[in-house]
Amino acid sequence: MHVLPKVFTQWFAERGWSVHPHQAEMVQRATEPSLLLIAPTGGGKTLAGFLPTLAELADGTHKGLHTLYISPLKALAADIGRNLRTPVDEMALPIRIEDRTGDTSYTKKRRQRADPPHILLTTPESLALMLSYDDAHRTFAGLQRVVVDEIHALAESKRGDQLMLCLSRLQAMCPDLRRVGLSATVEDPPALAHYLARHPDPCPVLHADPGPDPDIAMLETAELPPWSGGGGRYAIPAVLDQVKAHKTTLIFHNTRAQAEIFFHALWLANDDALPIGIHHGSLAREQRDKVEAAMVAGQLRAVVCTGSLDLGIDWGDVDLVIQVGAPKNVKRLIQRIGRANHRYNAPSKALLVPANRFEVVECHAALAAARDHDLDGDPRGPGPRDVLCQHILIRAAAGPFAAEDLYAEVQSCGAYAALTKQEFDDCLEFAATGGYALRAYDQWQRLVEKDGLWQLRDPRAGNRIRMNIGTIVDADLMKVRLKHARGGMPLGEVEEAFAATLTKGETFLIGGQVVRYEGLREMTVEVTRTPGATPRIAVFSGTKFATSTQLSDRILQLFKLSSWPDLPGHTADWLALQRDMSRLPGDEKLLVETFPHDGRWHMCAYGFAGKNAQQTLGLLLTQQMEADGLQPLGFVATDYATLIWGLREVTKPGWLFDATDMREGFESWLNGNYVMKRTFRNSAQIAGLIERNIPNGKRKSGRQATFSSDILYDTLNKYDPNHLLMQITREEAMKGLVDFGRIEHMLARVGDRIDHVKLDRVSPLAAPLFLEVGKVPIKGEAREHLLAQAAESAMAAAGLS
Amino acid sequence: MNDYRFSLNGADLVALPSGALWWPDQALAVVSDLHLGKSERMARRGGAMLPPYEVRETLERLEAVLDTSCARKVVCLGDTFDDLDAMDNLREDEALWLTRLMAGREWVWIEGNHDPGPTAFGGAHLAEMAMGPLTFRHIAAPDAGPGEVSGHYHPKMRFGAGSHRAFLLDERRVILPAFGTFTGGLRHSDAALAGLMQPPARAILTGKRALAVPLPCGDQADSRASTA
Repeated sequence: MHVLPKVFTQWFAERGWSVHPHQAEMVQRATEPSLLLIAPTGGGKTLAGFLPTLAELADGTHKGLHTLYISPLKALAADIGRNLRTPVDEMALPIRIEDRTGDTSYTKKRRQRADPPHILLTTPESLALMLSYDDAHRTFAGLQRVVVDEIHALAESKRGDQLMLCLSRLQAMCPDLRRVGLSATVEDPPALAHYLARHPDPCPVLHADPGPDPDIAMLETAELPPWSGGGGRYAIPAVLDQVKAHKTTLIFHNTRAQAEIFFHALWLANDDALPIGIHHGSLAREQRDKVEAAMVAGQLRAVVCTGSLDLGIDWGDVDLVIQVGAPKNVKRLIQRIGRANHRYNAPSKALLVPANRFEVVECHAALAAARDHDLDGDPRGPGPRDVLCQHILIRAAAGPFAAEDLYAEVQSCGAYAALTKQEFDDCLEFAATGGYALRAYDQWQRLVEKDGLWQLRDPRAGNRIRMNIGTIVDADLMKVRLKHARGGMPLGEVEEAFAATLTKGETFLIGGQVVRYEGLREMTVEVTRTPGATPRIAVFSGTKFATSTQLSDRILQLFKLSSWPDLPGHTADWLALQRDMSRLPGDEKLLVETFPHDGRWHMCAYGFAGKNAQQTLGLLLTQQMEADGLQPLGFVATDYATLIWGLREVTKPGWLFDATDMREGFESWLNGNYVMKRTFRNSAQIAGLIERNIPNGKRKSGRQATFSSDILYDTLNKYDPNHLLMQITREEAMKGLVDFGRIEHMLARVGDRIDHVKLDRVSPLAAPLFLEVGKVPIKGEAREHLLAQAAESAMAAAGLS
Repeated sequence: MNDYRFSLNGADLVALPSGALWWPDQALAVVSDLHLGKSERMARRGGAMLPPYEVRETLERLEAVLDTSCARKVVCLGDTFDDLDAMDNLREDEALWLTRLMAGREWVWIEGNHDPGPTAFGGAHLAEMAMGPLTFRHIAAPDAGPGEVSGHYHPKMRFGAGSHRAFLLDERRVILPAFGTFTGGLRHSDAALAGLMQPPARAILTGKRALAVPLPCGDQADSRASTA
């Protein structure tokens, strides 16, 4: 099939459309085993992916499933289903299209397994679930193509690794299966192609015309950006003016909490009562559906949103994207901007709103990078083994298997191509016995080997495995509902840790509304509406995006200039003052300032390693300082610096940054740290050591049956420190929340060139750090003392002693 | 100085930071909810295969308590084993270890809801036990007379930055925290617990030191202050 059947060309012609060159090429190259299409938003990317399928199915001879479409979002799968039906119906093609997600009914899912449609639209998790049944080979018999949409987004998380493992399974069942990936602009297309293709098959990359460059600028505001903070509230009048001047505006924020605050403040200033909505991942499905429907119907002038709107769904007439807060990452900025003007060959329009003075510099650097088409991204590491452990369990749920066969399949994934047999065997051992060095569950193994085939000891375990499929690990969330006799309207979710801090009568923000905490009912937070009060802000502790390495480097380069005519005057003056009083940070040296302030000694290290790594750096440095009696009291970290305060002056900071010591400190620090414990918890859930869902699922409302994963971590750390999950946790610590990898990178960059500047007061660049939230107190002996004091005064206040 | 001394119905008692209760006049140590064999029971039922080291970890801590205090009598307040099979399936070395701890000590097993049968380990096996001014049982009886010592609820409490296992104490009763390694907890404010405690009540947090705080307590306010 290298040309389109006549009915297609007619259909295009009747509409006065022409087939885009990349769509035609997708049809011509339909027989390639793997093909990656890189196209901008609005480039007819999805149709390009489906045209070969529609053409092959046009004659009505294919029986059973032909094409599997995978999208990262349930909503996207449904949306694509609707869009695809139009051409299929209009051309009267004999093609059955259905979607299948977590929302699909049980009966329909059962029917789909026995009698699948020609085109099935689904998500990675639903696919994994289908593959866990023993009839999977029947469901997928005859499958020809798999289309992975938004593969650039999937590849950024473990969901992508799980999907690729699933594809290896499918490929083993259907050897002729062809793979197509659809991606937005990325920094390294061949790497993504390698990720998609069956290893070691080649994977050609097809580039659609990227269209005109976007029109990006910084938003000009009457008020100056504040010295610190992340809300961007100062810009609200200017943002409202832009909303008025455009048809539909998307206002992106980096965190849900910031979106909530901004939306709240925007409403207070919205004197013209413009219809503006809010959309983020912690809002109830019902709330999000309402906003999405209003958006599609063209009823909203603006939506305040987060990454939950980053992907695919066609929002119609968005003509402006506003990014509040530094974009942190140029690639994501470009992808977000692509949300505006979903029309091919029209430039997208975007405005950046730096939330504080430093972000002015960062936004400036990001604009330059966008103009240079200089996208950032870190190379993917090898496929994570916790995902592999889950894959092995899923494979076992589907029926007996030979270890050799599964190993060969796994190695056919680009991400797992270098996995050694030993590593594979360790994962299999973990899935089978728990993989403990000193003790074995001889009698109660989860998987047993019989006649060379691995299988479940207890077939009922299959259901438990199915109930825990997936790699998205959220903090424990609690639903928030309006209080009502028969269960009130769901508003969204807050983290359990935040809910635990609420007392009756306190108010907080959710979905832009101020609500009053009334109490807990069956693990649900019950609230009432209460206008006007000053609310608290729900914290969401999910991974915060750190400023990318490339963007940080650009900022350091910017500092080398002798003057900054392109920067707003207030910011240029600030940098000049810093150069005058101290020094500007550079990439070949690590600037470390020490100064007294407010009765404490301070040390500020400008590592530019991103928020997560600077946070880890703070924990490591204060650990060392505590050991050396320097009495640190606390620290705060941003994307570019760590500020530590304590009772004693650090006179020679150089030795604190010794790479070898730092690495040693890291090793011992790993053992007891809360970020490590969180990292462990995520991997333990994915690998199946901790079951998120158990049969007859509700969490007991009386005595809680679960115990904290921290206890498991401490136990393994004590008795089995080389256990597979501890190895995985250490590996994960190099990136993500701990991000030690970037500390290593920074130390390698500066070597022993520590540039110590001793000042008699706070430097201009350090000053905003004092206003940062999220200060971390040090749990030293001083803190134990404070805890005891707090308890004592509480007892005294209560009249007890 | 890391201990917390209090008096219950005339008995002078000590809450230890480990979560054990010490009655010096009787040289009696009390621990509750050891849940030995929890990992074995989970695996047996086709669930997750937890690190099978919790029996050993729990016994290590129990041994430390008994050695330090030179206890002559021990009361295990119930749910010592995660179920009766877990008791039978205890590894030989761990069963021996437990027997060794019992040697030379007067030992009382109070029956719990998880282990409602006699143990194979000797000692006395009782549904509940009265001794002087105190009564020992697994689950607190709402109408109990003064001097009740119980467990079962695994109380814990959020104070400062973290959540601690805690004793709950009022004029009439004390509820012990779970001593076992693989045990969760119930927040002190849960209705099941809050209804049992009469003011003036206090919680004794365990950890590095036993630390008393009033009940009910604005633990919420404190945990916020610590994150500010």
